[in-house]
Amino acid sequence: MGHGGAIFLLIVVCLYALASLVDTEHTLNALAFSTRLIYQLLPVLLLVFVLIFLSNLLVKPNWVRANVGRDSGVRGWVIAVIGGMLSVGPIYAWFALLRDLKTKGMRTALIAVFLYNRGIKLPLLPLMIHYFGMAYTLVLAAYMMLFSLLGGVLLEKISEDQIATEDEI
Amino acid sequence: MSKQKGCPENHQLVQTLKKTVSMFVGILPILAGVLLLTGLLLEYFPVESAAGWFGNNDILDALTGTVFGSVAAGHPLTGYVLGGELLANGISLVAVTALLVSWVTVGSVQFPAEALMLGRRFALYRNLLCFGFSILIAILTTATLQLLG
Repeated sequence: MGHGGAIFLLIVVCLYALASLVDTEHTLNALAFSTRLIYQLLPVLLLVFVLIFLSNLLVKPNWVRANVGRDSGVRGWVIAVIGGMLSVGPIYAWFALLRDLKTKGMRTALIAVFLYNRGIKLPLLPLMIHYFGMAYTLVLAAYMMLFSLLGGVLLEKISEDQIATEDEI
Repeated sequence: MSKQKGCPENHQLVQTLKKTVSMFVGILPILAGVLLLTGLLLEYFPVESAAGWFGNNDILDALTGTVFGSVAAGHPLTGYVLGGELLANGISLVAVTALLVSWVTVGSVQFPAEALMLGRRFALYRNLLCFGFSILIAILTTATLQLLG
C-alpha cells in the first residue's frame, strides 16, 4: 500500500478545506456525520480486527489454498458466497482481511464473489420484502448470487495475469 | 518443561498481535478517508434529490438508477427506503432495481480504498462488471417477475 492511504486521506482533508471555504456550515455537518459514522463503525472494526488476528494466528497459507485457493473447487465458491452474505458492516472494513487472505493464496474470483454477495443483506431482507414483496426479493437475490459467480469467473479471466503481477499487494 | 514450551507460543501471540496492529494502523488512513468522503458527499448531494432525476423512459431510468446507485454512499437501508419511495411515485421497477443493485455492489466512494488494498486493476474491473451487471439484473428480474405473473 505504501503511502497511498496517507495521500488519499490528505486529498480528502484538502477537499474538506475547499468545501469549508464554499460553505462552512455544510462542511461542519459533513464532519459531524462522518464522526458519527466512525463511532458506528467501531464494533465492526473490532470484529474485523479480531478476525484478522485469528486469521494471522490460525489460518495458514495451506488452509487458504485448500479451501479458497485455486484448487478449492465447489467448496471455495460456497464459502465465498455464504461468507459474503454473512459478513456485516461496510465493505471497506473487509478489504484488509481479503488482502491478507489473498497474500495467503485466496483465489481472485472468490474475493470478487465474496464482495458481490455482500450485496445480499440477510438482516435487511425482511425490510426488502416489506417494500418490494417476497417474489421480487427472492428473484433478485437469486440473480445476484448467479451474477456473483459469473463476475468472479469473468474477473479472474480478464485480469488473471495483470493482477498477479501487481506491485501493490 | 511446560514453561519452556509456553514461551514460544506467547511469543507467537505477541508477534501476531503486532502484525495485526501494524496492518490495522496501515488501513486506518484509508478508512478515515472513506468515512470523511462519505460524509461530505451525503451532505452536498443528499439522496432525497434523486427523485427528480427519473421519469424519462425505462432504459434511461435504469442507467440513471445504476449511475446514482454507484455513487451513492449511504447505508443500504437508505437505498431500500429510497427505492420504495421511487416505486411508489411511479418510477419503473427496472430503474429502482438497477439503483438497488448498484447501491450495494458498485463502490465509487470506496474505490480508492479497494484499489489500495486489493489492487487498482482488480478494483476497476470489478466495479465496471458490477455496473454492467446492475442493469442486466434489473432487466432480468423485472422480466422474470412478469413471466411469473
